[in-house]
Amino acid sequence: MAVKTVIEAIREGMDEEMARDESVFVIGEDVGNRGGVFLATDGLYKKYGELRVIDSPLAESCIIGVAIGAAVNGMKPIAEIQFADFIAPAMNQIIEEAARFCYRTAGDFNLPMVIRAPWGGGVHGALYHSQSIEATFGHIPGLKVVAPGTPADAKGLLKAAVRDPDPVLYLEHKRTYRLVKGDVPAGDHVVPIGKADIKREGKDLSLIAYGLMLTYCLEAAEKLAAEGVSAEVLDLRTIKPIDQSAIVATARKTGKVLVVHEDNRFAGIAAEVMAIIMENAFDALDAPVMRLTGPDVPAMPFNQVLEDAFMPSVDKIVAKAKELAAY
Amino acid sequence: MALKAAQIEAKGGPSRHQSLGLSDEQALKMYEVMRLARAVDERMWLINRQGRAPFVISCQGQEGAQVGTAAALRPGYDWVAPYYRDAGVVLWFGMTARDQMLSFFARREDPNSGGRQMPGHFGSRRLHIVTGGSPVATQLLHAAGVALASKQRKEDAVTNVYFGEGSASQGDTHEAMNFAGVHKLAVVFICENNGYAISVPQSRQMAIANLADRAAGYGFPGVVVDGNDVLACYEVARQAVERARRGEGPTLIEVKTYRFTAHSSDDDDKRYRKAEEVAIWRQKDPIHRYAGYLRDAGTLTDQREDEITDRVTVQVDDATEYAEQAPDPTPDDLTTFVYKQEIPG
Amino acid sequence: MASVKMPQLGESITEGTISKWLKQPGDQVKKYEGLVEVITDKVNAEVPAPLAGILKEIKVKEGTTVTVGTEIAVIEESVTATTAATKQSPTPPAPAGAVTQDSPSPTLGEGRGGGSDTRTRLSPAVRALIEEHRISDAELSRIEGSGIGGRISKKDVEDFVAKRVQSATANGGQRQASALPAAPPGPTPETTIPLTPMRRAIASNMTKSKQTIPHAWTVAEVDMTNVVRMRQKAKDSFKLQEGIDLTFVPIIVKAVVEGLKAVPVLNASWSEQGVVLHKDINIGVAVSVDDGLIVPVVHQADRMSISGLAKAIDDLAKRARAGKLGIPDVQGGTFTVNNPGTFGTILSYSIIAPPQAGILAMDAIVKRAIVVEGDAIAVRSMMNLCLSFDHRVLDGVSAARFLQGVRRWLEGFSEQVPLY
Repeated sequence: MAVKTVIEAIREGMDEEMARDESVFVIGEDVGNRGGVFLATDGLYKKYGELRVIDSPLAESCIIGVAIGAAVNGMKPIAEIQFADFIAPAMNQIIEEAARFCYRTAGDFNLPMVIRAPWGGGVHGALYHSQSIEATFGHIPGLKVVAPGTPADAKGLLKAAVRDPDPVLYLEHKRTYRLVKGDVPAGDHVVPIGKADIKREGKDLSLIAYGLMLTYCLEAAEKLAAEGVSAEVLDLRTIKPIDQSAIVATARKTGKVLVVHEDNRFAGIAAEVMAIIMENAFDALDAPVMRLTGPDVPAMPFNQVLEDAFMPSVDKIVAKAKELAAY
Repeated sequence: MALKAAQIEAKGGPSRHQSLGLSDEQALKMYEVMRLARAVDERMWLINRQGRAPFVISCQGQEGAQVGTAAALRPGYDWVAPYYRDAGVVLWFGMTARDQMLSFFARREDPNSGGRQMPGHFGSRRLHIVTGGSPVATQLLHAAGVALASKQRKEDAVTNVYFGEGSASQGDTHEAMNFAGVHKLAVVFICENNGYAISVPQSRQMAIANLADRAAGYGFPGVVVDGNDVLACYEVARQAVERARRGEGPTLIEVKTYRFTAHSSDDDDKRYRKAEEVAIWRQKDPIHRYAGYLRDAGTLTDQREDEITDRVTVQVDDATEYAEQAPDPTPDDLTTFVYKQEIPG
Repeated sequence: MASVKMPQLGESITEGTISKWLKQPGDQVKKYEGLVEVITDKVNAEVPAPLAGILKEIKVKEGTTVTVGTEIAVIEESVTATTAATKQSPTPPAPAGAVTQDSPSPTLGEGRGGGSDTRTRLSPAVRALIEEHRISDAELSRIEGSGIGGRISKKDVEDFVAKRVQSATANGGQRQASALPAAPPGPTPETTIPLTPMRRAIASNMTKSKQTIPHAWTVAEVDMTNVVRMRQKAKDSFKLQEGIDLTFVPIIVKAVVEGLKAVPVLNASWSEQGVVLHKDINIGVAVSVDDGLIVPVVHQADRMSISGLAKAIDDLAKRARAGKLGIPDVQGGTFTVNNPGTFGTILSYSIIAPPQAGILAMDAIVKRAIVVEGDAIAVRSMMNLCLSFDHRVLDGVSAARFLQGVRRWLEGFSEQVPLY
């Protein structure tokens, strides 16, 4: 076991997969010489050379389209989109092409590719360096979407994503890169896609979260414990395929659930979690399922006051959880 | 370094195909595949007009460009990324009349998609035909990716990617040519310029007369060729393929051709073009022209022509009957293969 | 005679106008030869003939607009026509498993919510606890609600139950047994009906069947109008000649026999060594008796005519009701037909009698308004045939094919079908 940050865990994950399998390569803007604008690929260019760490032109559709073609011809691309906010030009290639290759050929083709994208706010990134995209892509059948919140999960899920025969959107919360540190198991540590994780056991209510909000929920749980409220924290880790049984289990256990995400409220992932609970655990509910989310405004602004107003925080989570506990 | 577009003049005279390195057998095979593509297509229109299948999208008129350029590749080793009109390409690369008809009737056994996609959405991993969807021009980036992988693995496979002149307006076309040019990839970009993107004529699609002129902007050669002269297409394609195999990078080939039918069975081309124009191009039918040349060269005799006609007819009739009787997918088939590896919830 | 219909010439086309007939009645027509010119708002087209023959009749004049699917001409097929006929679109089989993703039906709790008193608004979790611990209304009124507006929360009930257990042990078991986690609650029965041997036998067989056989179920809707008509015509003379009623049962059993001949996997049994296809077709016909159900068997039903079946079934039913069936009468069945429809039910899920692979329930014949050829509405006598089948032995496709065969035989019923 060693303590690492999220960014170190991601870099190690990529390095180990590239060493293990020659068909794995990285393509994206500034990933080569520069080592990535967040240094996620630092050192890989020197180690693996220009055929396996490729500085692409400034063209997102190109990055994804080329990755698709390479995956068709036996490679396992890790395509980096510099910020999740810039993924829109590649929508056509992701949604109409990557997500449909397997289905539209009745299984003849499959694309073992990973699309990595830094997401989320709290970094003074303003409207175009802070967005959440998990609901948009989680909605598309044919894609898998993961959003780790800890270094161990980041490394383990990256390995799983690379080895998965389907296209995986790997979302790394940029605020967690250096903020979140944790133990990472030695050796070939793989975390299965589709399995949520109880990060803290509790009995009075359940907090369901992912990404940066996982860390905030764990802090909130500490504060709640001091006030006599025992909060269980479920880390989704995978958005799609979502771990339905874990969600239902925690809902049944406590009867009170609060789902937390930064993303806009309308049709965000909380809506899906709430629907799952309604369908499968209605009889065990002691209160309506609640959610704490970003507001329905286009994105979080640059000014600190506005950014703070947008983002859920530990205090906001504690307050909402206490409301739920008191219902 | 500025590279100029070139134009190939049709050369006449016997043994032209031999001087291009084609045996009589190969030359006749190309002719037969063109005939087969045409015959399958004509049968599909008939069945559609009887109301028995909902959709046809044709290759008629463009068989010469398709077979000519595809014949420069090694099926099974090289790759093709066709667009929806490329029946000639996929038949050359190993698809059969039955495959075409199974796709036309959307049967469960359809090798392209199990009946999930409309006709013309070709795809076969085994045959190295990249699967295509309906959004146009996405395949150019895929072809660049296939070629990138060949380069990464130090293989000399070449990828032909096909598209209409309308698709050339999409951003993906620019991005793909740019990327392929930067990395000197073994891609041959083949634009089948038939003058219309459904009803929009070339003059509304681009400000230039020859799409091939754009190649210079990406750092590789562009060539214009008579798309209805199958041997001219073969010659140009072969040069481009050899260039690519030597690691010298892409070529943009613009074949000037024409589509005899409307865009699809849902289109009425009388609304945007005159019958006279179609008639003029029909006189340049690539199949008739090639037949004329082969006869002059003594390679195509009456007997051989009859044999080819018989083989084609038998294949089309067999394919029609087989596909008509073949079972449809069942409702249970709807939810399979969303993923290669399902993860139970 | 082959019918030529107005084709659908484009995706969103719903009608077409006949522009010009290229052939006239009496003309020879080759397959794929141009037959007629049609105008629609997307496409103008020449429609080729679907088969070779002689154009017998033109049904729609030039200049007339008709909807897609309307008959526009009739061609008399020539004997030399070789290629396959136009493929009929088969009636889609009733899917054995629905494809659309439905949410599972939510459990319904007793609705005691509503009103301004938040205390009485009990959450599903609370209601579940009340039921589990058999908390009476009196006890409930004594529970302190710590939630918003005095709401009783799950925690409140759990705390209450914990205290109740403590005081029970403290008071040396003075309290009722209901203080302890109870057995699943149920109403105290007021009368107990003792089990007859028949009831025991049915219980044992039904349990065994449901535990060992994976049941699947599918339904076909049958237009019985022709059968109803023919039976109406024939029943009086039949009664006169044979001395017994001509009910629907023997007619349906006959249809079932034909269906089993065509799809023999339904006349079979599961075994670990393989699916055993039975040579004989022995149809069990369920008969309702005083305290239950008995299923006497018509052996070698495939060798009988409708009247033969009618006599055999009548005889077995009479003896069953009189309690005079012998062992061979109830053994050897390979398939069972059940007739719950006499009591008016329209859909029934029968349980398979092991070691058979299927059981068919014929439900009530009900007059309904049905859409028929040419999109007209007619009143027809409709009956549901409900097939339960052993999914180890066969799949939905065979089940559907069998039902299709039975249905087609019944729908095609006419005077030509011999009763004897």
